[in-house]
Amino acid sequence: MSDVKTEAVTVSVINQLPDASIQGQSPLFHADLATIAKSGPKTGGVTLKEEALLGHLTLRMNPENADQLKAAEKVLGVALPTQPLTSASKGDVVVRWISPDEWLITVPGLKAFEVETAFQKEMKGHFQVVNVSGGQTIVKLSGKYAQYVIKKSSPIDIHPSEFPVGKVVTSVFAKSSAIIRRSGENEFELVIRRSFSDYLWLWLQDASREYGLVIEA
Amino acid sequence: MFLIYCPHCGEYREEEEFQNRGQAHIARPLDPDSCTDEEWGNYMFFRKNPKGLHHELWVHAAGCRKFFNVTRNTATYEIKEVYKIGEQPKVVA
Repeated sequence: MSDVKTEAVTVSVINQLPDASIQGQSPLFHADLATIAKSGPKTGGVTLKEEALLGHLTLRMNPENADQLKAAEKVLGVALPTQPLTSASKGDVVVRWISPDEWLITVPGLKAFEVETAFQKEMKGHFQVVNVSGGQTIVKLSGKYAQYVIKKSSPIDIHPSEFPVGKVVTSVFAKSSAIIRRSGENEFELVIRRSFSDYLWLWLQDASREYGLVIEA
Repeated sequence: MFLIYCPHCGEYREEEEFQNRGQAHIARPLDPDSCTDEEWGNYMFFRKNPKGLHHELWVHAAGCRKFFNVTRNTATYEIKEVYKIGEQPKVVA
């Protein structure tokens, strides 16, 4: 395949963020978590917090292409995790390994367009970056009993010996799916789809009822 | 629990994350235009249905979404071997 010529390709990138006249609504907007956080219980075994309106970018490229790996590190400030089921983070940037040639990058919502543009500028060759921010959201579960809620919902073995801090798996979650990352000893981040967010919000309330659910805004 | 090893994730995962996509190693005829109807029909429709060892294509549908091959005993469900696409099975009989 060495005789294949790589021609310069221009990709049009559109800033998906509307101006300030339109309010950004996360997939759990209708649940009004801010109000529940104020009026609901303040102590319990499980704390739920939505990391709303982050910028989600999927990156697909060849993990054996050293130039592309270098370019990705330059854009993100952190090297891509090439080991299966690992993640890397620096500041507010988190990179999750999804598949041998796919990563999910989360950045602050307002920086998504900037990072996407930087990829088109820095990276050469065959690759793809897509802004999927509108399609998913992140729910953070923390507290002593957060792991029991995960155990009820997913077949994944989350014992710390099998599932250390920083590990990422994409798996079945309830009757839906989620990208689960252990962000702390007792803290899990679930990347969930917009279309399943209401179902999983109801599921998580039900699954954590016996431990006491605290909503954090 | 029925655990299947995903060669891309490098660990055993629960069966419900996977899908079986049928017989493996089916090569598309290099020149479909010069195939007889019988050759094309065999390629398109006819599959093995053995009792015993079977080489199958599986996909880690709820995980990394990559395909791989599994050599499996269809009578006992025992998985003999898991290998990546493009590789040849070591367990053949």
